[in-house]
Amino acid sequence: MNARTHTPPLIRLDAQGLYCTAGDFWIDPWRPVPRAVVTHAHADHLRQGHGQYTVARPGLGLARARLPDDASVTGLDYGEALQINGVRVSLHPAGHVLGSAQVRVEHRGEVWVVSGDYKLAADATCAPFEPLRCHTFISECTFGLPVYRWPEPSVIGARINTLWREAAAEGVPLLVGAYALGKAQRILSLIDPTIGPIGLHGAVDALTTVYRESGVTLPATLPVAGQARGHDWAGALIIAPPSALNGTWARRFGAAPRVVASGWMTVRGARRRRGVDAGVVLSDHADWDGLLTAIDATGAQQVLLTHGHTAPLVRVLQQRGIDAGTLRTEFAGEDGSDAEAEADASP
Amino acid sequence: MKRFAALYLALDASNRSSRKLAALADYFADAEPADAAWALWLLCGERLRHPVPTRVLKLAAMRVSGIDEVLFADCYEAVGDLAETIALLLPDGGADDGLSLAAWIEQRIQALRGLDPDAQVQALAALWRCVDRGDAFVLNKLLTGGLRVGVSRGLALRGLAQATGLAAEVLAARLAGGWRPGVEAWQTLVSPAPSRPTGAQPYPFRLAHPLEQPPEALGAAGDWLLDWKWDGIRGQLLRRESAHLWSRGDESLDAGFPDLIDAALALPPGTVLDGEVLVADGDGVAPFSALQRRLGRKTPGKALLASHPAIFLAFDLLEHGGDDWRERPLWQRREALEALLAAPDGGLARIRPTPTVSAADWDAAVDQRQAARQLRAEGLMLKRRESVYGSGRPRGDWWKWKLDPYTVDAVLVYAQAGHGRRAGLFSDYTFAVWHDGQLLPFAKAYSGLTDAEMREVDRFVRRNTLETFGPVRSVRPELVFEVGFEGIVESNRHKAGLAVRFPRMLRWRQDKSAADADTLDALRCLLG
Ligand SMILES: [Zn+2]
Ligand SMILES: [Zn+2]
Repeated sequence: MNARTHTPPLIRLDAQGLYCTAGDFWIDPWRPVPRAVVTHAHADHLRQGHGQYTVARPGLGLARARLPDDASVTGLDYGEALQINGVRVSLHPAGHVLGSAQVRVEHRGEVWVVSGDYKLAADATCAPFEPLRCHTFISECTFGLPVYRWPEPSVIGARINTLWREAAAEGVPLLVGAYALGKAQRILSLIDPTIGPIGLHGAVDALTTVYRESGVTLPATLPVAGQARGHDWAGALIIAPPSALNGTWARRFGAAPRVVASGWMTVRGARRRRGVDAGVVLSDHADWDGLLTAIDATGAQQVLLTHGHTAPLVRVLQQRGIDAGTLRTEFAGEDGSDAEAEADASP
Repeated sequence: MKRFAALYLALDASNRSSRKLAALADYFADAEPADAAWALWLLCGERLRHPVPTRVLKLAAMRVSGIDEVLFADCYEAVGDLAETIALLLPDGGADDGLSLAAWIEQRIQALRGLDPDAQVQALAALWRCVDRGDAFVLNKLLTGGLRVGVSRGLALRGLAQATGLAAEVLAARLAGGWRPGVEAWQTLVSPAPSRPTGAQPYPFRLAHPLEQPPEALGAAGDWLLDWKWDGIRGQLLRRESAHLWSRGDESLDAGFPDLIDAALALPPGTVLDGEVLVADGDGVAPFSALQRRLGRKTPGKALLASHPAIFLAFDLLEHGGDDWRERPLWQRREALEALLAAPDGGLARIRPTPTVSAADWDAAVDQRQAARQLRAEGLMLKRRESVYGSGRPRGDWWKWKLDPYTVDAVLVYAQAGHGRRAGLFSDYTFAVWHDGQLLPFAKAYSGLTDAEMREVDRFVRRNTLETFGPVRSVRPELVFEVGFEGIVESNRHKAGLAVRFPRMLRWRQDKSAADADTLDALRCLLG
């Protein structure tokens, strides 16, 4: 059993979210609170209505774009320390999307790290994941089964290029469904822009502009909405949220092949449920090996898991002598998450 | 192996028949004969008979991937397909060693059968090192038996037709009758010489489709020939040098029906009949369960032959006087059939023309159809008088007009113990139909089986449990049942996208294998 039972945990779950008792602030809260430290700008982590937001400085642009103009948002450099009611708080790269952070919380020598969402794989659009030592690690667990193992990003880039060239040879565009924040820009950084023009769905276009304004270099793109109705998209790469692929918006592209980029595409059944022509295994979350590597690197004695189906990983960690458990957060992908959940709601 | 795996993955990845067809034609155009033969055989839905037990396969996968049984079960549950689960768990670093499909099957996969379980586990680990992960999935499909890649036999044949320039019907005819892969068999199959079935080969069966519209839509009733849709099994009775009986699944029934084979020898050589195999009950026909007793015996004993005499109710004549009659109009074939079987030879009593049903108009036909149950028929068959038998599956001239339109052949996939009289027996079942190569559950049903049948299914469930979820067991998808229901509606709550009302089991189709079960599309057709 847990030896710390007589002292309250440094971070616990309350109705608002992950609450730091000693510091009186919340991390990624889902109900309005006076003070929020936010790991990244995805909708299930960054919500409206809080009094004050602290985010990593590279993610300031994205946070501002997603919050009302009058929201009070402060940027904190990666590694820079902030004292909140005697608790030392710092943000460290999570490698998930632009400006994504792990939150390191230190109080009277005890260190907790809240991972937010993270991945270990290379991503040219954000700073790489930084391993941190801690006593307790609150880790995401979106892909917590050993069947989820990601191919090298370069292999995925080459696969998209191949599909794109094939479509171009047939005189049609290739439609790629990818989450508008992060995944879409990562794809832009992976593909070969000399193959043809690139068109973006409005949601993707708006966030891509923020990425560029934040200093990320990406190939030239066209907003689909900005082109004349009869615009010829033959040979183009079109990036849109997955939910737009089968809707009226995508009708203008006719019978063009549709591809979804998501970690769930590992499984054939998920590809089939999506009804797409191909699945590309590309995720901004850690795969199974990534989760184990990251958790090992923390040296944490206690590991609490959020997101997804956590039981298998909890069991494996317990077998390794780690005090592992599940935190029932309201981050998306919580219950039996599936292709739809990740592709549309929880990137 | 690499090329075949690439074909499989291409077929699996695409929803478009045009792409599938192109992939098939590409493959067959330059595959080695030995490989092409195996590939075709597999694509036609045949499978290697259990090269290794599932238990051994799982054990080998757990060893190689270093995970325990619980974690393996978690993975299997998330993935839903054993072959795929194992492929995803294999360590990286497997690489193709260039062996051909035929060599893989003949030297490696089939060689697993003779080994003891420990040796099988070791051999599997070695095989997995000889493929990369995508190909491992295809290999595992071969090891688990079912290829199921959303390609119908017809599409596979069309692909081959495109590659060889031979008509698909010619290929179908040459494949009929227990074709086995091999270099020689392949060369005969794709040889250019025109041919039609000879010796023991049957013709491709012409299929009828369920009538989904009021019969008035078919035009004048007078243009149609009506006969009973019998509740037996479809068969083709051949009399050439010798006599043979084939089921629609190209299965030989010679050994099981010596009484019909004997009777067929009285027919003039050069005769092929299409009809229904049934068991006689006086002048009429016995219920299907009586036929099942015959089907259950590979070689029936004297007593069974006497108590359950088989009859063949012929409805079509495909070969007559050694000539192919399939392109002649139905009315001509039918006249010749009746003349042939009316020959005053007592030996032919077992082989009779099925009676035609006369109806002056469709109203009269509706009345006649109502009488089907009393005759132990399922309804009426409607065939255009001018229709040719043809080959392949033309639509429109042959319809089955069943009394209860709502029946499908479905596969038992989950079982649960019952209550009351059925307590302790696995008697409540979930049934599934095929969709895109997978079995989709669509209905739960109990009752409708005799106690003896229920006990038999119970034994099957206990011996073939794949997984246990509380009181529910998933079972090896092998048993097929005819499931009837009262209505069908669209539903988002079911994976299959539709819900059926009052589903019940009509009977156990022991004559069918899981591959013969209906598809979701067939079920959707009933939505109307
Ligand atoms: Zn996220
Ligand atoms: Zn998240």
